[in-house]
Amino acid sequence: MKMLALKSKAVWQASNLLLACMFLLPASSFAQAGLLDMLKDETDSLINYTNAAFKGTHIINGHSTKTKSKGELDFLIYHRFGTINSGIEDFFGLDQANMRLGFEYGITDVINVGIGRSSYKKTYDGFLKWKFLRQKSGKEKAPVSITWLSTITIPTVNITEDLTTLERMGFANQLMVSRKFGEKLTLQLMPGLVHLNTVPTKSDNNNVLYLGGAYRYKLNQSFALTGEYYYQINPIASVKTYDAIGFGVDIETGGHVFQLHITNARPTFENGFITGTTDNFWDGDIRFGFNISRTFQVGKKEE
Amino acid sequence: MKNLILVALILASQASPAQKIVSVKSKTTFFSSAVLEDITATTTKGKSVINLLNGEIAFSIPINSFKFAKSLMQEHFNEKYMESEKFPKATFLGRINNWEHKKSLPEAVATGNLMIHGVSKQFSTKGAVIFKKDKLIIEAKFNIRLEDFGVEVPSIMFQKIAEEVEITVTYEYPIYENVSIEK
Repeated sequence: MKMLALKSKAVWQASNLLLACMFLLPASSFAQAGLLDMLKDETDSLINYTNAAFKGTHIINGHSTKTKSKGELDFLIYHRFGTINSGIEDFFGLDQANMRLGFEYGITDVINVGIGRSSYKKTYDGFLKWKFLRQKSGKEKAPVSITWLSTITIPTVNITEDLTTLERMGFANQLMVSRKFGEKLTLQLMPGLVHLNTVPTKSDNNNVLYLGGAYRYKLNQSFALTGEYYYQINPIASVKTYDAIGFGVDIETGGHVFQLHITNARPTFENGFITGTTDNFWDGDIRFGFNISRTFQVGKKEE
Repeated sequence: MKNLILVALILASQASPAQKIVSVKSKTTFFSSAVLEDITATTTKGKSVINLLNGEIAFSIPINSFKFAKSLMQEHFNEKYMESEKFPKATFLGRINNWEHKKSLPEAVATGNLMIHGVSKQFSTKGAVIFKKDKLIIEAKFNIRLEDFGVEVPSIMFQKIAEEVEITVTYEYPIYENVSIEK
């Protein structure tokens, strides 16, 4: 190539030479790097889904946008102790325990179902979760993940009067929008509506609107800090309730996720902790709690 | 006339694309023996290009395209070990020694730069170059140490992967009969 350039140099005008050099130079000196450039387009044209915005399907009390992948079964144990300010007599809350056992299953990578049983009012719950948008970059782009959640709960104890099963039911519908910013920080917003078939007094509204917010901040490959807050827009008027709040740490060890936290909420399902939290976090009504989840691959994963 | 020469030169300078062949089929496998269970993953999304003139070769493999048997393993591989959002590809750029077009080399040696997890290392491996009637197959099997490429195993992981993993590559390139390769 250089030989040719020399030969024809005489007949060229300077401008042409310059132009030719622009083409010749990259071809000769960067011929090798050019091989990788040739592959750039081919390997760039993939969809890159954002990984691990949250490590658990739950953040503290409520759900995250995360869904289990197809064929994954998650076994969850929730534990909430009594309030720390109950003092030495109750061993700072550890004497009291409230728990939920649950199973969650990935029907597809984006559709999950779950069932659970909480000791709080001996409640059965079930939910359906659908992640209809996944944050991604590359060939296809989406700035956020969006997941829909619908839950139903059936308490089996009658506290005050005889209510039918239908009358005891409660529901929550929630939209979760999350975005992972860079490698460490994930934020989530979750507006929703709780519907209670029975409320304490006739003047109370059966529908409670709320807006939740949550974060996860990754410290390293195994540890992350989390927090969440559920603000009630129109809380039930006849009973003094507080917004559910929590701060925690996620510890991941492979198949398990351990979530240790402090929260003012006792119930472990949406319509319970959002509308029925009667402890004030800022008064010291803080409970220690943890969630443990263990994932089993029981079905074939999605190709 | 001048312009014609110019155009001809420009065309000649861009080494004839027929000499640089992009792979049509590929398989890259990652294997690690671990205490609890062996971990293996495969991708067919890797691409390679070879210069038939001089044996220069490049590979580019998107890390997040590796498929594992378990979703959770795949997530850990991408998030905890390879950090694939930060380092989306593994690449190799080098040359096959003693290269000659249409000559199979059962014990070929490739030398060049291997980049994994954002760390670039001088690297050399044995492999095989197999010319068939209408295709070229390049195979290699080698071990890499995680430590060499700054891949850390989180200390509290239950399923620990081995310090050394085995990589197997099989790439296939089409060969067109009527293309003449000139030195």
